[in-house]
Amino acid sequence: MDTPLEIAGKMFTSRFLLGTGKFKNKTDLAQSIEASKTEIVTVALRRIDLERHDENILEYIPKNVTLLVNTSGARNAKEAVRIARLAKEAGYGNWIKIEVINDSKYLLPDNQETVKATEILAAEGFVVLPYMYPDLYAARALVQAGAATVMPLGSLIGSNRGLRIKEFIQILINEIDLPIVVDAGLGAPSHAAEAMEMGADAVLVNTAVATSGNPALIAQAFAMAVEAGRLAYLSKLPSPKDNADASSPLTGFLYDQSR
Amino acid sequence: MNITLNGRTKEIASSQSLREVVQRFSPDLFPVIAEVNGTIVKKSQWDEICLNDGDTIELVGFVGGG
Repeated sequence: MDTPLEIAGKMFTSRFLLGTGKFKNKTDLAQSIEASKTEIVTVALRRIDLERHDENILEYIPKNVTLLVNTSGARNAKEAVRIARLAKEAGYGNWIKIEVINDSKYLLPDNQETVKATEILAAEGFVVLPYMYPDLYAARALVQAGAATVMPLGSLIGSNRGLRIKEFIQILINEIDLPIVVDAGLGAPSHAAEAMEMGADAVLVNTAVATSGNPALIAQAFAMAVEAGRLAYLSKLPSPKDNADASSPLTGFLYDQSR
Repeated sequence: MNITLNGRTKEIASSQSLREVVQRFSPDLFPVIAEVNGTIVKKSQWDEICLNDGDTIELVGFVGGG
């Protein structure tokens, strides 16, 4: 059977990381966290709105769930490092998802700045989970920089388009000796299953859950898909073939006259 | 005197501590992190830090994100 997912020495049964953005209300969020059985959730850090007292999101996240603070809003390594240091000061651990984005149309991560931020923060003792564009050289640089995982995107953030750069994610799965967490773009449980079947160690989903008609229900569906995909991967899937290969025996047909 | 709090100018009485200002403008239980003039101030030091005219303060907290 399956072994736990290990990230920076910590063991996880669930291989489904959940983002907490875009939920219509906190009840949906709490129910989705529960239904997903997730053990790692992401949150962001923002200026407090002094005019409008929002509910504290942390009240909706169970204590046994690991908090992974993202550096969204950072446009370069320096800003990501600043956000990470602020987050650590809040006293909820030192897990940080590096997200450095300097393009407002495609929201693609800047691998070079991501490597720089990873290097600085890993040296300061952070557990760094960098979000990146699946490029082998960048992934190797992240390993070198002290990353705890590598998190390649499946397709553009929030696009629900699934694994659009599958072959390059596969290269990372084959070559990188750290957990590979497919992050961004997974829009349906089938996408998550596909990522897991090809050998990803985990997936991170936010938009597809938060913006569905029934977040808790799809969270459960994603959890099942992640598990199904994982079991399929462990079972060593047979490869596709060009021609048919009968499933039933090709001998002993009822109309055989050979006596 | 005036300070800049999360990008907005606020008038406060002089020689107020950071904790007093946080409590006045963000009275809720929000687990805030504070920066004064770009430097993180640990919660344990919020009483000791006296604000000066023209200081820039950032109060941040956690929100939903992916």
